[in-house]
Amino acid sequence: MTETLVDPDAIAELADTMGADFASELVETFLGDAPDMIAALKEALSAGDADGYRRAAHSIKSNAQTFGAGALADQAREMELTGLSAGAPAIPELEDIWHRTAAVLKGLPDG
Amino acid sequence: MGDEKGHLLIVDDNKVNRLLMSRSVELLGHRASVAENGAVAMQMLGQGAFDMILLDIEMPEMDGFEVLEALKGDAELRDLPVIVTSSVEGLDNIVRCIELGADDYIPKPVNKTLLNARVSSGLEKKRLYDEQKRLLKRFATDEVAQDLREQGFAIGGRRISATVLFCDIRDFTAISENMSPEDTIELLNTYYTLMFEAVTSQGGIVSLMVGDGLMALFGAPQPLENSAQSAVSAAQEMLGMIEVLNAEPVSLDQPELRVGFGIATGEVVAGYAGTDARATYTCIGRTVNLAARLEAHTKLAGHSILLDPETHRHLDSPESCSPVEAVRFKGFTDALDVFGL
Repeated sequence: MTETLVDPDAIAELADTMGADFASELVETFLGDAPDMIAALKEALSAGDADGYRRAAHSIKSNAQTFGAGALADQAREMELTGLSAGAPAIPELEDIWHRTAAVLKGLPDG
Repeated sequence: MGDEKGHLLIVDDNKVNRLLMSRSVELLGHRASVAENGAVAMQMLGQGAFDMILLDIEMPEMDGFEVLEALKGDAELRDLPVIVTSSVEGLDNIVRCIELGADDYIPKPVNKTLLNARVSSGLEKKRLYDEQKRLLKRFATDEVAQDLREQGFAIGGRRISATVLFCDIRDFTAISENMSPEDTIELLNTYYTLMFEAVTSQGGIVSLMVGDGLMALFGAPQPLENSAQSAVSAAQEMLGMIEVLNAEPVSLDQPELRVGFGIATGEVVAGYAGTDARATYTCIGRTVNLAARLEAHTKLAGHSILLDPETHRHLDSPESCSPVEAVRFKGFTDALDVFGL
């Protein structure tokens, strides 16, 4: 299976329209914030907080789309739509995709 | 037109999105401020002037739907353009935003060209609305503008109790004959500025200006605690200002100005008269005629201010007035007690 972890075109477009420095800074911000969003997702799951769960998944999806992180966006979107009933297994799966996505993002020039 | 620059408020709980949106807006040449949820946004809107809002939907504390509802219920913020920028799922959610008053919806990630077009059209809308408000303020008083915003515009009137004040400059035609047209206009403008100031400061509105004559309403369209007292206070304030004006004439040729006031209180029919295209807020009825007759009678009676019995009765200190010989005015069947100030 060839999944797109990060679409290079999306990153190039971001750098093109927003400036390369800003794009790098934005990637850094995402790398720093995403673990907090995943933590919020776990917390919402254990608290049975459906709104919090949906919101955290929504945030991850929205940011993933910005960076052309297709696989991460798809998984997060799935969780946003399914909600709490997606259950515990959805989170490790998301985390796995996240780690692989983060590795690609970190490997970007100036990233 | 399309290149107006504005101050935008970006409301988003996600840091990456806030950075991205601010940067996009700033690259378009606008100023951006950010709020991390709806509650913070409402607080900022209450403090500063913004031209437009870029609003996310999914947020903790107060979400985008709640912000739209709060804006709708606020007379000051109701017309601020809002563009919802969200990756919210479901067409029904987008429809809900529009129904709640959002002007537009741009899906995330936001396309820069689309954002530029939407922001330009939103700012243009804001500019037109501000212009409309300014015009309304220039051609209608705050009270009438407020009445129009709250009640809407409809030709027709309602019966209310109010006080009507008429004033004009005695022998203005003779005065103006000895002055240059420029000096005459300047004198009239100074006079009107002072009159408006006095009327407005007492909660009244200037309803009509004809030549050197002026009609003011107190207690309409917004009620006043004691419309009679407010009108009399306004007249006294005007007399005081006329004295100042006489002490510092506009031109050397300017003779001393003398102004007469007629004030009557009672039922009037107040409302918008005219056509749908051009109308004015005004009052008609016996009280209006009476105030005009009283004003005309000041020359004969030798008083600057004449009141009808109803106005006199409502004054804080009616004893300061002196009764004038009862008069039977044209158009009125009975002779009427008149009081001078």
